[in-house]
Amino acid sequence: MHPADRAMPVFKKDSFARKWGRSKYLLLLFLPTLLYFILFKYVPMFGVVVSFKDYNLFRGIWESDWVGLKYYRMFFESPDFFKLIRNTFLLGLYKLVFGFPAPIILALLMNELRHMMFKRFVQTVSYLPHFISNVVVVSMLTLFLSPSSGLINQLIEGLGLDAINFMAREDMFRSIYVLSEIWQHVGWETIIYLAALTAIDPQLYEAARMDGASRWKQMLHVTLPGIRAAIIIVLILNVGNVLEIGFEKVFLMLNPAINGTADILSTFVYRTGLTQGNFSYATSIDLFTSLINLVFILTANWISRRVSETSLW
Amino acid sequence: MRARLSVFDLFLFAFMGGMIVATLYPFIYMIAVSLSSSVPVLRGEVFLWPKGFNLDVYKMVLQDPKIVQAYMNTIVYAVLGTTMSLIVTAAGAFAISKREMMFQRGFMMMIVVTMFFSGGMIPTFLVVRSYGIVDTIWAMVLPTLVSTWNLIIMRTFFAGLPKEVEESGKIDGLSDIGVFFRLALPLSKAILATIGLFYAVAIWNNFFSAMLYLRNTELFPLQVVLRNLVLQGAGNNAGSVGGDSMLVDESIKYATIIVSTLPILMVYPFLQKYFAKGALIGSVKG
Repeated sequence: MHPADRAMPVFKKDSFARKWGRSKYLLLLFLPTLLYFILFKYVPMFGVVVSFKDYNLFRGIWESDWVGLKYYRMFFESPDFFKLIRNTFLLGLYKLVFGFPAPIILALLMNELRHMMFKRFVQTVSYLPHFISNVVVVSMLTLFLSPSSGLINQLIEGLGLDAINFMAREDMFRSIYVLSEIWQHVGWETIIYLAALTAIDPQLYEAARMDGASRWKQMLHVTLPGIRAAIIIVLILNVGNVLEIGFEKVFLMLNPAINGTADILSTFVYRTGLTQGNFSYATSIDLFTSLINLVFILTANWISRRVSETSLW
Repeated sequence: MRARLSVFDLFLFAFMGGMIVATLYPFIYMIAVSLSSSVPVLRGEVFLWPKGFNLDVYKMVLQDPKIVQAYMNTIVYAVLGTTMSLIVTAAGAFAISKREMMFQRGFMMMIVVTMFFSGGMIPTFLVVRSYGIVDTIWAMVLPTLVSTWNLIIMRTFFAGLPKEVEESGKIDGLSDIGVFFRLALPLSKAILATIGLFYAVAIWNNFFSAMLYLRNTELFPLQVVLRNLVLQGAGNNAGSVGGDSMLVDESIKYATIIVSTLPILMVYPFLQKYFAKGALIGSVKG
């Protein structure tokens, strides 16, 4: 029961008028947020119906003619279908496999730092790249990895080897993407684990020390189980996002030479929709991706709830 | 406790040292190259410290009308966008932190759903275009006005404010709006600073909205101009430097990157503790 209810016992029943009277100013404060969510989140969400229609520039989303599953069929039969699914899935999978454990390891190691000043300095530095834009990160990659004058190739040539045109190599795209992704976000992603670490009972460490556990053993048997719930929550979210790869960075890295590995669903959607103007077709691919994502996250959540009793909802 | 250096400590120290170098060295290198004269850069002699110190490329970058215009645009978008986003988010978060508000659960549900499902790029583009804000300042402000994550962080914060504050305000005859402006906001300066900075950085770095909704080059923000310059090789104004234009071109690019990242690099060390704290509030209970 809310305190306000207890304060006014005269009105036992919450009539509509009374509720309205009590919350009209709150509703007024909420109004701009509500409008934002309706106009910029929910109208586009209903706008996905355009994928079942033939988008007509003059008639708009709502008035265009229905065509059923035409564009879905077109996508499934398209020669790009398997390439796009494979590229998106593999990129997401590599990001998950390497990007998910990285902040856990970093957080565990940070937690072992005894010198507080040094620890704070390490944290400060590690969060920094998270605030650098994707445009800057991809620019840095392009310049550092440039075959003619990039720092990395200067070193490679200094060793007497041939320069490598990293950004134009299909076989290198995924590694470059995943490594730079870790460079950008590993520090920031430790925050949730560091928060979970503060909740571990110090007595557990004392008990472990009494039993003669080394720092390494303490890390494995006290710290790691202590942040288990946080790890599972992040894992569910990451699994749910396997296909939801940030469009921006891939788009910026994409060039014709690496189309074979770097072209993913979202960059294809952009090209089809915004460059070629085939809005309906692009939306059908978008919706298809969203639905698969939803299936992934629901499955991950379901499995987690069965196996570990930790879940998002 | 004894301070004994074990093998583990040495490993830790080396690991963290490596991480710090990997994070900071790229910036040190870019600064060093952009501050050096062209000959040492050409010879590949610059690694840590500028050689033949000069500010020529910076003068060139700061005199480029396209970059200056983009810089001004980005500042306008960041100031306007941060202000509007912060006001709307704070008011919305305050309201939805109150259980007694009508439809509170429904609204919360409505917000959380958007974290897992969205209309996607194309429907959003079509809808935003139909609102007539394409090629206006509003294209950089409205589509990203409220971040669900920031809203939830602020809601968690407001929900944690002591009930007595609100009750005392009500006794003094304040409405909810009065409580929000006169009592809640002054108590939330730290969280407002944090969320404000999240928004400011997001708008400063926003490339996606500009690419989607801006066609008019005069409205381009820094990120678009930077991308055109560095990644598409457009706007090559190194002609005046003569023979070594190729490498001087690199210096110009590094200088442009530094100039456009400088505001973030400068404020970052002072503000990161608020960043971390803000993110923590959100992760305590979602």
